[in-house]
Amino acid sequence: MTTEKPLRPQPQFPEPDTEPFWEATKDHELKYQTCDKCGEVIFYPRAHCNACGSLDTTWNVSKGEGEVYTFSVIMQSRHPAFKDIGPYALAYVDLDEGFRIMTNVVGVDNPIDDIECGMRVKLTWEDQGEGNIAIPVFEPA
Amino acid sequence: MAQTRDAAIVGIHEYPSRVVGSGVSALQIKAASAAKALEDAGLSWSDVDAVYDTGSHQNIGGLGISEYLGIKPKIIDSTSVGGTSYEFHANHAAAMIAAGKCNVALLTYGSTAHSDRRAIGTGGYASSGPNNPHNNMEAPWGMTLISNYGMVKARHMHQYGTTNEQFAAISIATRKHAMRNPEAVKAMTELEFVGIRELTVEDVVDSRMVAWPLRLLECCMISDGGGAVVIASKEVARNTAKKPVWIIGTGEATKYRENGGDITVSAGGQSGPRAFADAGVSPSEIDSLMVYDSFSITVMCLIEDLGFCAKGEGGDYVTQGHLVFDDPAGPALNTDGGGLSSNHPGERGIFLLLEATRQLRGESTSQIADAKLGLAVGNGGQLGSRHATGVTILAAD
Repeated sequence: MTTEKPLRPQPQFPEPDTEPFWEATKDHELKYQTCDKCGEVIFYPRAHCNACGSLDTTWNVSKGEGEVYTFSVIMQSRHPAFKDIGPYALAYVDLDEGFRIMTNVVGVDNPIDDIECGMRVKLTWEDQGEGNIAIPVFEPA
Repeated sequence: MAQTRDAAIVGIHEYPSRVVGSGVSALQIKAASAAKALEDAGLSWSDVDAVYDTGSHQNIGGLGISEYLGIKPKIIDSTSVGGTSYEFHANHAAAMIAAGKCNVALLTYGSTAHSDRRAIGTGGYASSGPNNPHNNMEAPWGMTLISNYGMVKARHMHQYGTTNEQFAAISIATRKHAMRNPEAVKAMTELEFVGIRELTVEDVVDSRMVAWPLRLLECCMISDGGGAVVIASKEVARNTAKKPVWIIGTGEATKYRENGGDITVSAGGQSGPRAFADAGVSPSEIDSLMVYDSFSITVMCLIEDLGFCAKGEGGDYVTQGHLVFDDPAGPALNTDGGGLSSNHPGERGIFLLLEATRQLRGESTSQIADAKLGLAVGNGGQLGSRHATGVTILAAD
């Protein structure tokens, strides 16, 4: 018998706006949209452009490089996936392609001391099991 | 625009209990508060011709609450934008009264957030919730409500150099007011606060870290409670029991998570100027300032965005002789004790209207001498993602 790590809260489907984003994470691709009409970068994912209303958008793959816009360190969460991992950092990361994602910054010893606004970070993945979506997180670049 | 005085707050009630247990429902708090607020106004149930309620408590909608109360309104408005829904309601009621669509509007709020949470043993995190883009793009990273606000505070400190000691001034001022308010002291007692006394900077900056950089004494309580407000036309207000408190300026705006946006600027940056222009007054004229103090950072952002000081200078402002009711320079902040130390059942917006009204009637437990102008500014949703900011400016008769 294996002891399975409790899963983080998972995205729920059907949810047609964000499903293509999450489907791409199975291949470790971080996708975002741009508007074919006005050129705006669209994020979080939507079937329409939130700047002009156009329904014509294009999916792109991010290089996964950016910087920490801001962050907070959650000292304790009662959720089973988080309660035993100690303090963890919730963050907004600004990707170089011009979109801001809510995420975690991982791979540091002490998130309060080792993370700063403006710090360069790069994409990494937390897999959620064979055939499942993966969760994009960031570590110091 | 010339200031108008077409609608006034004529009746108020704050439900006194902050811990109701399982024997009282949110709907019952609303009905009991409505009766008391109408009594305060000297009006009766049958005078009400407009109902303003989010309809979200016990999930019965605007129609359901109207039926439950037993009112057949000409207007139902169940705008639900989180904790500032009540400023939106007051603003909409004032506009509908000015347009002649109704004469006596009843605003109600009730919640058993504390007792519910205790009963089901949750709190601390949200599960994925219903299928929608928001949940799908936030829940997987373990976002908690407090960390959402923590991200705003962290950026404020980074961008402007604001210090924890400066943020502490907000908790200290509201607690000072709470200690003068017997209902707030009772609330803190029933909610088992540790150290029910005035606070020092050290108390705040040494309190337990909840979500860095937000500490326990920068976070609002979770209580039960509710209240009601009666807003009437000037014709009705001539004959009510108490002096009317006029609604002279209103403003509303929203803000979302935006690519490249400045998270330290709230929707108050739009709704504040709209309300001041409507009222024809400026921030320096405001005597009593009721700001949604979900967290210290919410107050810091709103004070700046409404123009009480320049953006980024809130840290200096809150430590330079403002906020406390008898400080030489106004305005006074949350003279009832606020959400930090008096009452926060989840959506605090109605209490901002209640205490602003008490100040302009001369009924506050931390009464500002000769208060003429009050402002209520609520913040609903979550400051670091999507939120609404409603502003209501009030004037004494």
